[in-house]
Amino acid sequence: MPLAETYLAKSTDIAARTLGDETIVMSTLDSTIFMLNPTGSVIWEAADGNTPLSRIIEKRVCAEFDVPVEQASADAQDFVDQLAKHGILVVSDRPIPQ
Amino acid sequence: MSLLEEMNRKATAQGIPLSAHIDITWRCNERCVHCYLDHDGKDEMSTAEIKDAIRQLADCGTFFLSISGGEPLLRRDCFEILEYARELRFNVKLKTNAVMIGTKEAARLKKMGIEQVQISIYSHRPEIHDAITKLPGSLRRSLEAIRHLTAQGVKVSITNVLMKQNAANGKAVQQLARDMGVEFAIDPIITPMLNGDWSITNLGISSKELEEVFRTEEFVGNVGEFCAPVSNVDDNVLDGYSCSAGHTLAYISPTGDVFPCVQFPMPCGSLRQKTFRDIWYRSEALTELRSVHVRDLPTCSHCSHTAYCSRCPGLAYMEGSMRGPSSIDCAKSEARTGIPSAWQLSPGYSSSKLVQIRLA
Repeated sequence: MPLAETYLAKSTDIAARTLGDETIVMSTLDSTIFMLNPTGSVIWEAADGNTPLSRIIEKRVCAEFDVPVEQASADAQDFVDQLAKHGILVVSDRPIPQ
Repeated sequence: MSLLEEMNRKATAQGIPLSAHIDITWRCNERCVHCYLDHDGKDEMSTAEIKDAIRQLADCGTFFLSISGGEPLLRRDCFEILEYARELRFNVKLKTNAVMIGTKEAARLKKMGIEQVQISIYSHRPEIHDAITKLPGSLRRSLEAIRHLTAQGVKVSITNVLMKQNAANGKAVQQLARDMGVEFAIDPIITPMLNGDWSITNLGISSKELEEVFRTEEFVGNVGEFCAPVSNVDDNVLDGYSCSAGHTLAYISPTGDVFPCVQFPMPCGSLRQKTFRDIWYRSEALTELRSVHVRDLPTCSHCSHTAYCSRCPGLAYMEGSMRGPSSIDCAKSEARTGIPSAWQLSPGYSSSKLVQIRLA
């Protein structure tokens, strides 16, 4: 049985802006602020609710940053967990309607 | 370095207007005695023009957006504008007197995810607050609005502008803010009108009262640290800028005119004639402003207050030169430390313009 996919969507309770290759994200709920590095910014940009995380890692992160899939997957999962914990990213095992 | 400081440093280096302030109207339902604006509603930008300005700001990298006035809620499209800004993922603050905010409006502000609503409260006593706003019942209505907002979970900040009429009310307003569970900020300075009329600065508190404000722990924290003279001036200070105006901060008036800051009436261009990007990156006025480092200031660069002075280049501009000193900030530095500024010690100095800071 294949592993469940993870889908990501940007929360509506955030303010965000991309500056160069970095992204500022701020929670409007608790004013927590994050500065996403270029890799995080790529995942953030691709978090459209429809693209599985595995595809974001393969097609964007590995392609643009020349890192092996295993390392990128572990780093991406950590990144997603952190942002999800603060309500910045919405995470689901099925596509998230936007 | 905090993330905010890091963001500002990067935005300065990249020339990004990280923060913008748009007055969507100068009309107001109050007539505050110290207001620096006239209340002309002529030729205001349409909804479409304001939305276009906001979209252009997003394209240029603006993250922090303050929507203000006049009273912004006098515009029927105010919520439409705020919601549009939130759709574009701005961090949005609303500056308002709040007298038009009821339960429904508070709920709508919460739903859109506004960062903060900033409300001026001049006194805990209605007869003083209402005499300043010239709107009977305004304190009661503003406080009711704060209750509606906090009940919805919207963050609120009370700003207390001090002047002769309410000079003794700062601590009581601070306590009121504490009781209501909202933030508090005190502003002890009355600034001149943008049209160059300095007469309203007569309303400002005296130099003695300003010294008292700066020596009140509840307002400034550690008084010893706050008032300590700092004379170490290194290259970081001299190579720096007085403030973020025109570097990472832009102001847009209700008629679409762009300035470095709401308190810096140096015209940079009109959004009705040029794009914001064109104005921000190609305006001669902004280019000149950005060429001025602290070391280029003829008087202030060798002042003993240089390292920590809050010199406002906009106020200096209104006094004649953005490279010059700002009398108001010289007086603030003196009130804080007891040491006169280089400008105040210069042979040509006259305090006549500084009508609100009289020597006791």
